Amino acid sequence: MWARIGAMVRKEFIQIGRDRRTLGMVIAMPIMMLLLYGYGINIVIDHLPLVVFNEANDPESRALVTAMQNSSYFDVVQYVHTQDAMTSAIDGGTAKVAIHIPPDFGTAILRGEQGQAQLVVDGSDPNNASTASFAAGMVAQAQSTRIITQQLARRGMGGLRSGVEMRPVVLYNPSLKSVNFMIPSIIGLIMSFQTILLTAFAVTREREQGTLEQIIVTPIRTWEFMLGKILPYTVTSTVGAFGAVLGARLIFGFRIAGDLGLLILLSVLFLMGSLGLGLLVSVVSKTQGQATQTAMFIMIPSILLSGFIFSRDAMPWIVRQLGLLVPLTYYIQIVRGIMLKGVGIESLWSAVWPLLIYSIVVFGLSAVLFQKRTV
Amino acid sequence: MSGSNEMSTPIIIDVQHLTRAFGSLVAVDDVSFKVHRGEIFAFLGPNGSGKSTTIRMLCGILAPTSGSASVLGYDIVRQAEKIKQGIGYMSQRFALYEDLTVRENLEFYASVYNVDKALRKQRLGELIDMAGLRGREQQLAGQLSGGWKQRLALGCATVHNPQLLFLDEPTAGVDPISRQEFWTMIYDLARAGRTIFVTTHYLDEAEHANRVGIIHEGVLRALASPAALKQSVRGELLKVSTNAPFDTVAAMGAMQGVLNVALQGNDVHALIDPAQQSAAGISTSLRSAGIGVSDVRTVDPTLEDVFIYLASTAKEHTA
Repeated sequence: MWARIGAMVRKEFIQIGRDRRTLGMVIAMPIMMLLLYGYGINIVIDHLPLVVFNEANDPESRALVTAMQNSSYFDVVQYVHTQDAMTSAIDGGTAKVAIHIPPDFGTAILRGEQGQAQLVVDGSDPNNASTASFAAGMVAQAQSTRIITQQLARRGMGGLRSGVEMRPVVLYNPSLKSVNFMIPSIIGLIMSFQTILLTAFAVTREREQGTLEQIIVTPIRTWEFMLGKILPYTVTSTVGAFGAVLGARLIFGFRIAGDLGLLILLSVLFLMGSLGLGLLVSVVSKTQGQATQTAMFIMIPSILLSGFIFSRDAMPWIVRQLGLLVPLTYYIQIVRGIMLKGVGIESLWSAVWPLLIYSIVVFGLSAVLFQKRTV
Repeated sequence: MSGSNEMSTPIIIDVQHLTRAFGSLVAVDDVSFKVHRGEIFAFLGPNGSGKSTTIRMLCGILAPTSGSASVLGYDIVRQAEKIKQGIGYMSQRFALYEDLTVRENLEFYASVYNVDKALRKQRLGELIDMAGLRGREQQLAGQLSGGWKQRLALGCATVHNPQLLFLDEPTAGVDPISRQEFWTMIYDLARAGRTIFVTTHYLDEAEHANRVGIIHEGVLRALASPAALKQSVRGELLKVSTNAPFDTVAAMGAMQGVLNVALQGNDVHALIDPAQQSAAGISTSLRSAGIGVSDVRTVDPTLEDVFIYLASTAKEHTA
């Protein structure tokens, strides 16, 4: 029995090693995802290119521009002297944001009136637009406070403190780095991608090439064959996930806050579900092409709905409920909880039990259906 | 065992009223036969006649719709797992791992069949020699040419020394020399006491078998030795050579006493009822139809004639 499973596993590893596509997925995907999400994709928006049309060009207006630059939300990329030049900078994509300061800006402030400036925002990316409006508002607010305090001081009312001060304390990811937020998700993605797609491939390839039929006439049992298919991809995805964690530590200084043992235990649970899903995909697919399509059909909603990239809190109610059908949702909650928050199982139960039910059902179902339909 | 009069050797395959339907298509229709130990038993029939379906049922890949069969004394439905260790199977398409080397394929099947570790090295050496693959052990199976692939497949199917071998169109798409060499290997295996169940649509190959079953549209039409099958053709077989073979077939089809007519190469083979028609009569009729007849003679039937004869009589039954 073990000899047959061993033969299957050995064979599978030789094939993984010889198939560039599989090998690429096993080795290159974790590295690529880590670097891409770590360096490339920054979900915190800052350093928006800003074009300045400053007609006032006095100390107050220059102070406003400097304040915007210093906020790090904006980078001044260009100074223009006409309205048209400002508009065309946004049209041409040189800048995402423009500020137009009219000639009487500084004098109005000196007179004790309101200094008005216009903010023009490229709304084609709503995230950029809302961040820009929000950040510019903050800057304007800070400038106002400064000016008011100065004016009050001039009238002999110095030493006033502003009424309310909010001091934020960020737990779990104090530096608010995207990479810290992404790494747990990357691990979830590696785990589900590799297991679903590669397991489904490994079985449908045998069906497509006729080797499955040859295997069925040997004394090998269906569950031995199943195990022989599952084990290699369990190993590769585990190695990939560990590699990603190690890489994150070396490159980005990422550390796991919580219990590694608990993380591994719950990851095995998630893996079981994903492997089962891979086998189910292989049951309904005749060819590798069909397997790819079916797997994509499952995986794309998983990525979109699970909170991997888009925050689930910002989703409409109905979409959020749909996300509850996706196992990756629970796994990402668990991994973020353990890796970033360092919480124990007592805080994770609400994510653990749905995952437990899902994994048992899917794995059981795949075992039964796989038995029935092998050829 | 009332029907067993051919041989006294033990029965290794016993098929009773085996039927398999795919939807409304009946691929194998109420087939019954027995195969004896040490026989080379051939199933002859065109593509889609039910040969592979029969083999796949006997190997436990496919469940029968009705009927029963035993292989090596085990029931193919209830005891399929027990059959598997005792049989070797070669499917009609190359079904080994193309991305594994010759040796890795053999080693994989040796492990799957639990070939004793101590004997394995020697056994693999024998198989490599048998298949003539010495020096190619490290070559990827996918890079072998057709003939080599077939031999490797035979090697993998016999790695555990099975007493019964199922070969489903083993020589399809293989060049004539490789086919000849392959049949030499099959003879060697039969001489060593193994039973061979082979399917083919090559008529010349069926001549190699001890007994041939002719299957057509899922029905077993005849089962006997090649010689007996040829004798079973009723009537007289004529070989007609003319300058216009197609016109000859058309003209003869309308003649009285011509039971069957078919083109074979440039000649026309016709089965006649001697009571109603003769070689001389045909010659005269063709000449009067303006066809240049060069020769009309009586010949011994080949398996092809038998096959055409059986296929055409079957059509009359169903019509």
